[in-house]
Amino acid sequence: MLLKDLTPTHPAQEQQATEPQPVPTHGRAIVNDFSIMVATKNGSGSQTANLALLRALFKMGIPVSGKNLFPSNIQGRPTWYTIRLNKDGYVARRDTNEIVIALNPESALEDHASVIPGGVFIYADDIKMPLERKDIHYYAIPVRDIARAHEADPKLRTYVANMVYVGALVYLLGIEISEIEAALKFHFKGKQKPVESNMRVVRASVAWCAEHLVKTDPYRVERMDKTKGLIMIDGNTAAALGAIYGGVTFAAWYPITPATSLADALYEYLPKLRIDPETKRPTYAIVQAEDELAALGMVLGAGWAGARAMTSTSGPGISLMTEFTGLGYFAEIPAVIWDIQRMGPATGLPTRTSQGDILKVYYLGHGDAKHPVLLPGSPAECFEFGWRAFDLAERLQTPVFVLSDLDLGMNQWMSEPFKYPDQPMDRGKVLTEEQVNATRGFARYKDVDGDGIPWRTLPGNQSPYAAYFTRGSGHNERANLSERPDDWENNMLRLQRKFETARAMMPRPVVELDPEAEVAIVGFGSTTPAIQEARDMLRKAGVPTSYLRVRALPMNDEVTMFLAAHQRIYVVEMNTDAQLAQLLKLHDPQDAAKIRSANKCDGLPLTARWISEAIQYQEAYHKA
Amino acid sequence: MTVVTVNGGNGAKTAAPARAAALNIIGLSKLDYKGLESTLCNGCGHDSISAQIITACYELGLKPENIVKFSGIGCSSKSPAYFLSRSFGFNALHGRMPSVAQGALIANHKLLGLGVSGDGDTGSIGIGQFLHVIRRNLRMVYIIENNGVYGLTKGQFSATSDLGQELKHAGVNEFPPLDLCHLAISAGCGFVARSFAGDPKQVTELIKAAFSHRGTAVLDIISPCVTFNNREDSTKSYSWGKTHDERVNDFGFVMYQEAITVEYDPGEVKEVELFDGSKILLKKLDGSHDPTDKQAALRLLTEAHDKQLFITGLIYVNSDRPSLAEVFHLGDTPLAALQEDKLRPSRESLETIMAAMA
Repeated sequence: MLLKDLTPTHPAQEQQATEPQPVPTHGRAIVNDFSIMVATKNGSGSQTANLALLRALFKMGIPVSGKNLFPSNIQGRPTWYTIRLNKDGYVARRDTNEIVIALNPESALEDHASVIPGGVFIYADDIKMPLERKDIHYYAIPVRDIARAHEADPKLRTYVANMVYVGALVYLLGIEISEIEAALKFHFKGKQKPVESNMRVVRASVAWCAEHLVKTDPYRVERMDKTKGLIMIDGNTAAALGAIYGGVTFAAWYPITPATSLADALYEYLPKLRIDPETKRPTYAIVQAEDELAALGMVLGAGWAGARAMTSTSGPGISLMTEFTGLGYFAEIPAVIWDIQRMGPATGLPTRTSQGDILKVYYLGHGDAKHPVLLPGSPAECFEFGWRAFDLAERLQTPVFVLSDLDLGMNQWMSEPFKYPDQPMDRGKVLTEEQVNATRGFARYKDVDGDGIPWRTLPGNQSPYAAYFTRGSGHNERANLSERPDDWENNMLRLQRKFETARAMMPRPVVELDPEAEVAIVGFGSTTPAIQEARDMLRKAGVPTSYLRVRALPMNDEVTMFLAAHQRIYVVEMNTDAQLAQLLKLHDPQDAAKIRSANKCDGLPLTARWISEAIQYQEAYHKA
Repeated sequence: MTVVTVNGGNGAKTAAPARAAALNIIGLSKLDYKGLESTLCNGCGHDSISAQIITACYELGLKPENIVKFSGIGCSSKSPAYFLSRSFGFNALHGRMPSVAQGALIANHKLLGLGVSGDGDTGSIGIGQFLHVIRRNLRMVYIIENNGVYGLTKGQFSATSDLGQELKHAGVNEFPPLDLCHLAISAGCGFVARSFAGDPKQVTELIKAAFSHRGTAVLDIISPCVTFNNREDSTKSYSWGKTHDERVNDFGFVMYQEAITVEYDPGEVKEVELFDGSKILLKKLDGSHDPTDKQAALRLLTEAHDKQLFITGLIYVNSDRPSLAEVFHLGDTPLAALQEDKLRPSRESLETIMAAMA
């Protein structure tokens, strides 16, 4: 057994004390390659502890990722945080954890059972449960006692109690305590008092562990230099920054998980970045709307008037935005709509991730409608598409969707620093007063240039010939009401031409060809790290793969060529209906028979192992 | 009853000789304010209101290019095509005009917003956006062309239909009407008036005054539907309006540029200053309603609602609340007119943020 001071009243521990040692490690240390899961109660303040751990590991140069697997609840329900550190840079979620920290009695039994053989179970010593596994290492920590002894304020005690497990990991894994302190300073933005009270508990915990624990497990961390030059950020903050550097002037939104933190980041950074230094006035406005209908209504009004306007929401909000999206498409109004996807219809699983909105947003509306959709696969792309979306929306005069998800949007990701926009803003085809006066007979919906994109004027244009009446009703080139069949048809055909123009303007897919590969993987969005790791696993298992990551809809002929060049194409996505696979079959019907699915939707980010096994299983079937 | 003869806004009429009367103070003729020919039914109250919008804008000397028209869906919402062709217009979704107006008028707060809606568009499907735009106090004139019936879908009840009202297919209305003026005041509206499409002079004066208000100005104008709801016993009919219209006050509107040229006895007239410096001159009559008294306004509306009285006039006015654009501290240049130099923060600022996240 592992503890010097066994609690004699705990039968499980007594029994363990007489048993042989757990799985022997033969003295081999396992360094910088394992996962930690922290099980706590929602609302207990564990996020500070988890982010401090994550950041400390990141600053020790170890590639790392953190995933918050939280319930739809404010306080009391079980919540988990997983940290994966991997010296080779694999940062996708894993479905097994070597180190499990149990602070929540409600989930402790399950947490205990989830530790892999040879792993570690660190638990609060007041959790009463049978601890009878012989294949893992146990460490009991007097979490409550340490917190009580070192934090006088009972209100804060619950929060700082989380620092006890931080201290235990510092001791057991060899995390540098100075990096924990630096991470807390970062978290509390330099406020001394909370840093001190948290560090007091961390130090006390380390001291207690040093005195009472004997380390028997093989896991430890060592400083590396693999995160040098990288930043750590969540996709929603990246998206907000992208929008700000893209010149967002108007944002309207309605609270919804997991999109709210995008608006929060706008509120945080806009006042710092977008106050006119001359007039001291903001160059933006944000409205928390009364609902998502109003949010998109405001965005369309602002976009119509010439502002760079955006909203951010999730699936249920997208549903409410359907009618306005159709109007935006038909009346040709620029707008940027971020959909941070979550699980299911209605409430579904609001705190779990999914890629289930891709079909819906692509065709959102009634009658004929289709929309450019950007599909960022990393925080850096959230930033880039954040500004690029405005250029596309204003150039194309149409609503542009950006599809992120809860995993990408709310979790912390390592990223290259963001690149400053490499192009000036594209404000699209807007006629000035002088141009309108010179253009005899301005016609709002006339395809002057043959690309399907008409010229527009903005309200406030002083030319007496600039105004037009924007409407959802059928209209002719001059924006006049028309119920003529040919006017309707010509307008819709022009919108199709415009969509072909859009196709050529959208970001191209990322393609990685393996010359030996018969098999290909197609994916998008947040599954990128899991797919890349799965490809390495598959290669080792004798299945080399090529990879195409779709970055936008509509897709182009690079996708067509890629599909043509491979025998079997596995589409990896986090939805039940294999939605991207459906779109690929529509895009390239001649290759539809090659398209298979490796799709899964259970609310958790996909793991590399699952992707690899799903493909190997189907490959084995194919060979048989 | 007579309107106070202090004539508001019509500078051209009083100052210019007969031949030049065709031009207003900015040199435009009434034709410059016209729209397309109406496609509404002959005699529709909405057409009368459109004509008064044209008159009011012409007499105020507003530049059509500085006005933006908004509407939702329904007969009322078609009408912005029938006035101010030189103004931009946005015919939005059913009940969603206020949100579109908010976006557009925050993107360009220098424009004057003129919204036209109906009782179904505002009181039924759009009641939420109606109250929220008032709550935020977006500066705009919000006209409800209230006929107590759905016209474009051929005769269904709306939220302002009379209790007991009968329609051919819909039968008898079992539910009491909403009082949109009362709701507007509750939501914080600082300019609330009710009028009657059959009283063009009052409508014109109210529209003129509404353009001078600091925030959302609501005009609930009873506008008979000659096709579906013009029976004598309907409170939204012409005959009812003509026989029951009870003015709660008489007033005149004086634009801020104009000196008050008519002499009046301060004991007989009360001056109410609007946000842009324009004035409303209210004739003090026995029992005349004081629109600066919120409690009196709510009492008046409650009583009229209970007794089915057809009251018209300026019901409530108060310019204390800042407009939405003021709340946002918007500068002189509209957001929509800002270009890249103002909108894209510097490369160095991004580097600083990136360094802080490393």
